[in-house]
Amino acid sequence: MIFTIAAKELKALFASPLAWIVLTLTQLIVSYGFLQRIDDFVELQPQLAETPNAPGVTALVAAPVYATLAVVMLFAVPLLAMRLIAEERRNQTMVLLVSAPLSITEIVLGKFLGLMLFLLLAIGIITLMPLALLLGGRLDFGLLASLLIGSVLLTASFAAVGFYASALTAQPIIAALIGFGSLLIMLLLVGVNAADGLREHGWTVAADFVQVLSPLNNFDPFARGMFDSYSAVCLLLLVIAFLTLTIRRLDAARLGA
Amino acid sequence: MNAVKLVYFSLHRGRASNSRGAWQADDSPIMTASSSDITVSAQGLSRSFGARRAVDAVSLELRRGEILGLLGPNGAGKTTTMQMLTGNLAPSGGGVSICGIDLLEQPTAAKAHLGYLPEHPPLYRELTVREYLDLAARLHRVARPRRGTAVAEAIERCGLAEVTSRLIGALSKGYQQRVGIAQAIVHSPDVVILDEPTVGLDPNQIRDIRGLIRELGDSHSVILSTHILPEVESVCDRVQIMHHGSTVFSDTITGLRQFHAGRRVLLGLRRPPQLSALATIPGVARAEEVSANLFRINFANGGDPTDTLVRRAVDDDWGLTQLTPAQTSLEDVFTHLTQTEDA
Repeated sequence: MIFTIAAKELKALFASPLAWIVLTLTQLIVSYGFLQRIDDFVELQPQLAETPNAPGVTALVAAPVYATLAVVMLFAVPLLAMRLIAEERRNQTMVLLVSAPLSITEIVLGKFLGLMLFLLLAIGIITLMPLALLLGGRLDFGLLASLLIGSVLLTASFAAVGFYASALTAQPIIAALIGFGSLLIMLLLVGVNAADGLREHGWTVAADFVQVLSPLNNFDPFARGMFDSYSAVCLLLLVIAFLTLTIRRLDAARLGA
Repeated sequence: MNAVKLVYFSLHRGRASNSRGAWQADDSPIMTASSSDITVSAQGLSRSFGARRAVDAVSLELRRGEILGLLGPNGAGKTTTMQMLTGNLAPSGGGVSICGIDLLEQPTAAKAHLGYLPEHPPLYRELTVREYLDLAARLHRVARPRRGTAVAEAIERCGLAEVTSRLIGALSKGYQQRVGIAQAIVHSPDVVILDEPTVGLDPNQIRDIRGLIRELGDSHSVILSTHILPEVESVCDRVQIMHHGSTVFSDTITGLRQFHAGRRVLLGLRRPPQLSALATIPGVARAEEVSANLFRINFANGGDPTDTLVRRAVDDDWGLTQLTPAQTSLEDVFTHLTQTEDA
């Protein structure tokens, strides 16, 4: 049943021009950065060949691709997630799902899975770029895997936040603004390194809390090729927390509080 | 309001079924059906939005093969009641069971027996009719082998054969409404709940949809809400009138007709006496002046003053011109119950 809803969401995404535009822009922006990085790399190659333990092509070209992708996703995901609930509310189609023999949890998980499948597709297409480097050299597959896992987790956390924003309103644009705004605030938390500051003061619980709420911070170890289970758990916790909030929000809508 | 209730109470030989003043026929043959045939049972449903009480202790019961018309002016609480019956809105008080399954405790199991067409049909404009009905069938857990036939059947029953591969967004309002109905019956649920199913349709389509609803009533239980009174009289087996969130009338259509036939007469007199003279005749509950020479006589409970009226008309030389049983239509009942209080 979750898959039925996921398939429906995926179909709805592809039926809207928005998804295609977002996919296109993501490709354009990321591939521009990718090509520029390749140019830089080719220029630097003679120097790198002389340096012992120089960073490889994966670290110099592939890693920045995923960093760019993370920034693009920050804009793209709230736009893609905004319609999940808000549009169903606006078009009054939510009734079809609520009247069907489905639990709210199934509806939420189905919709989230549908959005994630779309985002995985976007990440998959982006991954073709670093893979194309195999034509002229070798890749560090360990680093690439860690970048991929990190990107998927990061995107999932963005999607969960955007999804919850969508459950708050019946206006998709408002949902996108709330989602984007919340993610931006989380980005600021990374900038001031609030978690580290709190940890220095010995407030570990508060530090962990802030750590969970700063997804980009948790993406860093993955970008450096390190599978950090603490960061992975933090990202997953963010996803679970916001999905739970979404379920509760939809239940509350039924109660009409 | 009390006065109105009294009139209907006196007209009705049945007992008041609950303290809120809803009258239920106790002599209807359907009442004797076994309880296993009860498909919808709601007790004391209430719902408040803030301080406003939208629905106040509404009870209803429906058996297999019955069509219940839910009537009421705008804002009477019909839609809210239907939302509660379908699990779209949690009641603040009371309970609902669908085919014996408690909707609040086992929502998914109970919803499997339900088909619901809300006020605005929940249509995905970007899907074709067939895709949409297939999705509705999947969501209602129609098993894969039966899904194709279920969708084809719904398409056929709702007259959608010509538009199966068109996008729903490109269909006319009438066809969209039909797709909405098809969505509610695709999984052949035991209970079909339709909120104003004929709104926005042209007269031919209305006739078709009414035919469809009657057909549904053979095998399913149907609840429909409407403000179109002839619709209720032509389609429904039972009628429940709501006003300000509570049930003010509930009876079978046949009961309603039988019950009102002969309970009133129109009396035409060339030389009428004082109105009070008519009102004091034994067996007359109330006399109203329709025009200078025409009066409406309401009978008192159990009384039949027709003989007396004729005798007095002759004895006192009133010049009797007309004595006809006045038809009490559903419209009279409706207007009476839902307007007196506001006046």
